[in-house]
Order: sequence, then C-alpha cells, then structure tokens
Amino acid sequence: MSLFGFSLKPRRAKTAQTAKDRLQLLLAHERAGGSDAADFLPQLQNDILAVIRKYVTVEDEDVDIRVQRDNAVSSLEINIEMPEASSKKDRS
Amino acid sequence: MTTQMKEKPPLGKIIVITSGKGGVGKTTSAAAISAGLAKLGHKTVVIDFDVGLRNLDMIMGCERRVVFDFINVIQGDARLKQALIKDKRLDTLYILPTSQTRDKDALTKEGVEAVLNELKEEFDYIICDSPAGIERGAQLAMYFADEAVVVTNPEVSSVRDSDRVLGLLASKTKRAESGSSEPVKARVLLTRHDQARIDKGEMMTVDDVLEILAVPLIGIIPESQAVLRASNVGTPVILDEPSSAGMAYEDTVARLTGQDIEIRIGEERRPGLLQRLFGRTS
Repeated sequence: MSLFGFSLKPRRAKTAQTAKDRLQLLLAHERAGGSDAADFLPQLQNDILAVIRKYVTVEDEDVDIRVQRDNAVSSLEINIEMPEASSKKDRS
Repeated sequence: MTTQMKEKPPLGKIIVITSGKGGVGKTTSAAAISAGLAKLGHKTVVIDFDVGLRNLDMIMGCERRVVFDFINVIQGDARLKQALIKDKRLDTLYILPTSQTRDKDALTKEGVEAVLNELKEEFDYIICDSPAGIERGAQLAMYFADEAVVVTNPEVSSVRDSDRVLGLLASKTKRAESGSSEPVKARVLLTRHDQARIDKGEMMTVDDVLEILAVPLIGIIPESQAVLRASNVGTPVILDEPSSAGMAYEDTVARLTGQDIEIRIGEERRPGLLQRLFGRTS
C-alpha cells in the first residue's frame, strides 16, 4: 500500500486480511465439496470400527476423529484406543 | 469423572439468543455471551441452530476443527462428545456447530430435546444461537429455553420483529405450553446503540424501544468497530482487545448470572487527531 515501505496508517494488525484468508480457505473446502465430503465421516467411523472389531474389542467411545483444514493440506486424524494395556497403541 | 464440589444449579440453564430479524447481532451476541459466561468459570456450551447457514464456528474461530455437528448427533451418526468443540482460549467453553449441508428439516423436536437434556447434565449454561426468522430453526431454538435474550437494534423493522418474537416466546415454547411452569424470562439486548445519533434525534432511544416492547433490558451494546475486528479474526468480542462493546457484553453477562449491575451506556471513543496520526500505542 505504501510507496516507500512505510505507511502513515496506524500500525494495527490487518484483520481484514485475516478475514479474507479465513474465508478463502473455508470456501475453497466448501466449494470443492469439503463439507459434503465430511458427511462421510460418520460412515467412515462405523466402517473403521467394524474392521477393528474383527480383531479386538473396542467401544464406540474409544474412537476419536479430528480434522484440521489448512492451506495446503487437510489432515484427518483417527485415534483408536485399544482396550488391553498390552496392545495399547494409537493409529493415525 | 470426579464429582465437582462447585456450587451450581442441578441442571444447566438454557438461554436462547433470538431476534426475528437477521443481521442484528445474534451470533455476535451468542459468541460474546457464551465466552463471557465461560470466562466467569461457568461451564458453557453454545449451539448453532442455523442449519445450512453455519456461521457461529467462524465467529468463534473454530471453523477448521469441525468434524461432526449437531445434526449428526440428532440423527445418531455421532456422539455428542465427538461433536462438541472445546474452545482453545477458555477450557470451560464448548461449541456445538451445526451442519452446513443439511436444512432445517433435519432438526426434530425430540432430537433437540435429547441433546439439550444431555447438555443440561454437564453444563451450567446452554446458549442457543437462533437463526433469523420464525421458522422451524428459530422455533426449536427457543422451544426449550428457560430464558431469552432478544437482540434488537433501535430501528423500526428490528423492533417490530422483536415484538413478534416476544409473542412467540410467550406462546410457542415448552414453558408456555406447559402452563404450570414460569414463562420464559425474556429480556431485550439493544445492539448497535449510537448515542451521537440519538443526540441528533436520528435514532430511537433505549426508553423508546423499551416502551414499545415492554420487557426488561439486559444490556446496551454500543455500535463499535471492535465487533467487525473480532469477527475478522474469529474471536468473541469479549475476549478480543478491550472495547466498549466488550465491556457492555461483560455487564450483560453479569446480569444474566443474576448480578444487579446498573445499565451503562458505553460509547466507543473516536480516536483523536494525535492518535490517528501516530497510531494507537495500545
């Protein structure tokens, strides 16, 4: 905005830019069906549980699904707590 | 779970933030009030009832962390604990986002009641952020409420719509229908208050609005630049930099918790010439 690398405007955080960035990120996901795609999560959770249950007993409560959407990548993190102390491990 | 020795009511209180008219500040107020309650140490959850037009998540700044939502819980696709998003700033604050892809028909009275009953066990305050209008979403947001905050701008269409909503609170809610219990305790929150315009006779005064609506006042939020700033960055205005609006919301929250605080008309200080030239140092 300024010619000489400095500006007379108050040095306040440019929140408008933050707003624009947040919206662009969110809308890019939503337009690409990010929101629709997220609708598969409940089914995904059930399917994963079904597979895990072929081998070990886990409760519904033992699954934790998190999503983090960032500029370049979105990550889906699924943690399953195994019941027996001996075979306790996390999967992501 | 350890038993909490904290003094608290046996069941949480449900407060709906409603208005009829859109754009008057329901979500801003829901975010600020829930953050304010949590800041005082009350375990608080704020629920977005605006199915299909989700926005509370953006105002609260947790839009990138939504996995499951209110509708998933109602339809049994996810457990309540999975859908609740814990606020990163206050550990007594939780957000229950709504679905962006479904519509209001996904809300059922039984489903909403089941979720609210479960939340009442765990939380001190359940804040329901109502959609605009008086259709299904708005009706269900208010149906189970114990108290209502009717967000109103000092402007003719907003006051008229608030009056309509007050009528619905008095007739179309569980408390109204049961007949035996106390009616929903409804109070007006006046937002976008501009003393300068009132002084010029361009805006209805607080008394004008209250005279028309005939319900008590819970607070006056001055028109403030802080509100846009806070929404830009996804922070409830009460948790952002100190502002006249933030302080007015703090007073409002204190009154909601039963404190008797005198109504003040805060105004945003316009930056003086020197401040504008040299920038704010704070």
